[in-house]
Amino acid sequence: MLDFKEWEGFEGRIWKEEINTRDFIQKNYESYEGDSSFLEGPTEATNKLWGVLQELQKEERAKGGVLDMETSVVSTLTAYGPGYISEELKDLEKIVGLQTDKPLKRAFMPFGGIKMAVQACETNGYTPDPELNKIFSEYSRTHNQGVFDAYTPEMKKARHNKIITGLPDAYGRGRIVGDYRRVALYGVDALIAAKLEDKENIGGGTMTDPVIRLREEVTMQINALNDMKAMAASYGFDISRPAATAKEAAQWLYFGYLAAIKTQNGAAMSVGRISTFLDIYIQRDMKKGILTETEAQELIDHMVMKFRMVKFARVPSYNQLFSGDPVWATLEVAGRGVDGRSMVTKTDYRFLHTLENMGPSPEPNLTVLYSSALPENFKKYASEISIRTSSIQYENDDVMKPVWGDDYSICCCVSATQTGKEMQFFGARANLAKCLLYAINGGVDMKTHEQVGPAYTPITSEYLDYDEVIEKYVAMLNWLTELYVNTLNVIQYMHDKYNYEAAEMALIDTHLRRTFATGIAGFSHVVDSLSAIKYAKVKPIRDEFGVTMDFEVEGDFPRYGNDDDRADDIAVWLLKTFLEMLKRHHTYRNSEATTSILTITSNVVYGKATGNMPDGRRAGEPLSPGANPSYGAEKNGLLASLNSVAKLPYHWALDGISNTQTINPGALGHDEAEQSKNLVQILDGYFDQGAHHLNVNVFGIEKLYDAMEHPEKEEYANFTIRVSGYAVKFIDLTKEQQMDVISRTCHGQL
Amino acid sequence: MDSCKGVIHSLETFGSVDGPGVRFVVFLQGCKMRCKYCHNPETWSFESDDIYTPGELVEKVWKYRNYWGKNMEKGGVTVSGGEPLLQIEFVTEFFKILKERGVHTAIDTAGQPFSNDKDFLTKFDELLKYTDLVLLDLKQFDSKEHKALTGFDNSNILEMAKYLSDKGIAMWIRHVLVPGLTDSEEDLAKMAQFIKSLKTVERVEVLPYHTLGLFKWDNLNYKYPLEGVKSPTSEEMKKAEAILKL
Repeated sequence: MLDFKEWEGFEGRIWKEEINTRDFIQKNYESYEGDSSFLEGPTEATNKLWGVLQELQKEERAKGGVLDMETSVVSTLTAYGPGYISEELKDLEKIVGLQTDKPLKRAFMPFGGIKMAVQACETNGYTPDPELNKIFSEYSRTHNQGVFDAYTPEMKKARHNKIITGLPDAYGRGRIVGDYRRVALYGVDALIAAKLEDKENIGGGTMTDPVIRLREEVTMQINALNDMKAMAASYGFDISRPAATAKEAAQWLYFGYLAAIKTQNGAAMSVGRISTFLDIYIQRDMKKGILTETEAQELIDHMVMKFRMVKFARVPSYNQLFSGDPVWATLEVAGRGVDGRSMVTKTDYRFLHTLENMGPSPEPNLTVLYSSALPENFKKYASEISIRTSSIQYENDDVMKPVWGDDYSICCCVSATQTGKEMQFFGARANLAKCLLYAINGGVDMKTHEQVGPAYTPITSEYLDYDEVIEKYVAMLNWLTELYVNTLNVIQYMHDKYNYEAAEMALIDTHLRRTFATGIAGFSHVVDSLSAIKYAKVKPIRDEFGVTMDFEVEGDFPRYGNDDDRADDIAVWLLKTFLEMLKRHHTYRNSEATTSILTITSNVVYGKATGNMPDGRRAGEPLSPGANPSYGAEKNGLLASLNSVAKLPYHWALDGISNTQTINPGALGHDEAEQSKNLVQILDGYFDQGAHHLNVNVFGIEKLYDAMEHPEKEEYANFTIRVSGYAVKFIDLTKEQQMDVISRTCHGQL
Repeated sequence: MDSCKGVIHSLETFGSVDGPGVRFVVFLQGCKMRCKYCHNPETWSFESDDIYTPGELVEKVWKYRNYWGKNMEKGGVTVSGGEPLLQIEFVTEFFKILKERGVHTAIDTAGQPFSNDKDFLTKFDELLKYTDLVLLDLKQFDSKEHKALTGFDNSNILEMAKYLSDKGIAMWIRHVLVPGLTDSEEDLAKMAQFIKSLKTVERVEVLPYHTLGLFKWDNLNYKYPLEGVKSPTSEEMKKAEAILKL
């Protein structure tokens, strides 16, 4: 059994016998049921540092979105010496560590694909060292190269026609959350010792592919742990031993996360569930009398400031998919333990309070793990912060806890993962709306007229017959899911091979659970289209080649988003059918296939590639995001819409079901007190029905118009809104996406 | 029972200003008043294809009980219109079932159908048995001007307010402030005195006149009588609130 003097005062023993952060937390945390009155405002140091950072952000925006880029150094854990927000103010920084040598400077990360790394520089006016290009294309290979070498012509065609889309074959898959708390709790030496022991025990002597691969991977993890120590040492810290104080715990933990963001440019780089853990250290220091509330808040503020600074070099096509420069530094608060105790601590309040101390911000992607059984005081505080900042998302702990236990993190925008016990293979989306059009047209793409899918018989009748459409749709979905899964198998294989996440995996168990995360795009449009075919009369309009290009709908039909079972049953059927098809196929490294209904801002790009639909959606218009009902479909108000989404069983879409709603403050109640009460009622009612996720925006549409027309106004510099699964600064969205946000239903009433 | 079917204009699953907490708001079809500033003129007619029995409507609203608090103490159902008292049997039956299930009930009315007629009062008393709150619109205190504004005088409406007060029924009084039409200080002061004489008023609200419903008049090919009238300024609102809330 391990024991360290740094652990004095901590209870429990299982976590000393093995690496087990969850056990440590459960044995040591104290729930907090009180209100927010204990919170403290920002310190002078916080104001000064945040002031500098805001100036840098302004400069970054003025330069077109990128402040500075690395052009000659390949990012590794030890590529740079220490960096600070400001050389003069570095003594004020309670938490230190930058990705590169300067704040907001973007690192050069070629392992995902040298072409993209070079392109990211060049489109921003930087010229990378030509030697780098040579090294990573002539002497060495990258993930992107490997994937395209292995793709079949069919995969390339499907990708080109965007029926499978947004694939992480030209960017990092991300979504792997290291248990960064382990660095603080155990110190790196104990983690290395545990990994060495694991390595000894891999396989039974026969050198099979999996054994060889894992031995190599664990060695890479151990190397990363050693590099973490060197990285921390450059800032003057010895993280080989456990953290002794709250300040050290926060710093050690951040070094773990910094190791991840120095080495991986993943689509999502989550921080994880750290509030309850850190609270244990803060409580211990406060009891010892060596930490005040002001100091504790300052620590959290400074840590969050660092999460607000994470940057990656990205290519224009990536920015179109994921608008507003997000990194998904997702960070969770609240939730309940398996034993039913609330895991809300004072530090959960402190994290939300950063939105008051330093204003609204899209990062970190603050997520409340919600249950109607959380302390009323905390629910009230969270809803107040939501109303003031529109910067929080809510996810239902009551549906996630039975699946992932009480120590899961959100690894992307909304997807759960067991912290330190699991990794996820992120796999973007299949466009099921487009697939419906393929079913009608026998695999011919409406836009390119290419034969992309199999040449099944197209529908030739004057009016669409529901049973015939369903039969053909199921056949086409079968083709699509098989192709989709196989494409992802290629991607994940190559990512492991050329862009392995050693630093994150070093902080995850050697023998771990793997999920294979797929996704659905165009969900509401398929549902409404099928409903139109079933309940109204839909006449296909064909061009001279017999390809259906448009539809005429006679009569009315129920739409998803009105709590009408006729439409909602189709939604449930669609999800179930897709999931069952997925599970038939072999998935890389025997991972568990899951799916999601979340599209982030990519709904705009996916929509561009999708033709006219039978539900009346016009070609090129954005698909509705995530599991949201279609634009204009909701006729009975907010709660009817929420009830429709709540019918989708979470355990059929374990990767997440995102829903974004914007509510006019005036429609939420007469005053702030009423508004926060009513918001809590909405959340309780929605999540008690088993719904998974809700993004809450509270503002009027006038504000969006004004921000679009006057982005220069001071008040809009940090104006943050929630979009599907993450938050962005509204002024950082493209005009197209701003219009899309505006056109989505804003729930208010006349 | 046919007389007991409700003619519905629309259902709004989330209301937060028409009664306490989170409200399911039922808009009934049909109103006899012709208020010049009406923002729902499409509810005047008594024709609609949406017909519900009380039981059917209860099943519909029951799906939203999760949003009203664990003991349904944080929300409920509001029947608005149109003029709900014109479908009093339906509303009574509807509320009766809701009360059996513990749901908070509110009625949003302008009081126009109220009369001291014995038949009406019998029905009204039955309705009040199942009504927790009445949101009553006082549109204008001066009876003549009330008639000019709505087509009806207001003596029976004021009587209804007294009747509710005497019966101990909780009320929210609401007044729409239309500049030049319903904002005379004298009239507001009289209205304030009247409200003060009532014993069960929990809340007095001044609602600013707005033009967001104007397009509906156009859609119905009705001529909008208040063309050019603007919404009140926040100073005008504050002034009226100060007078009315005493």
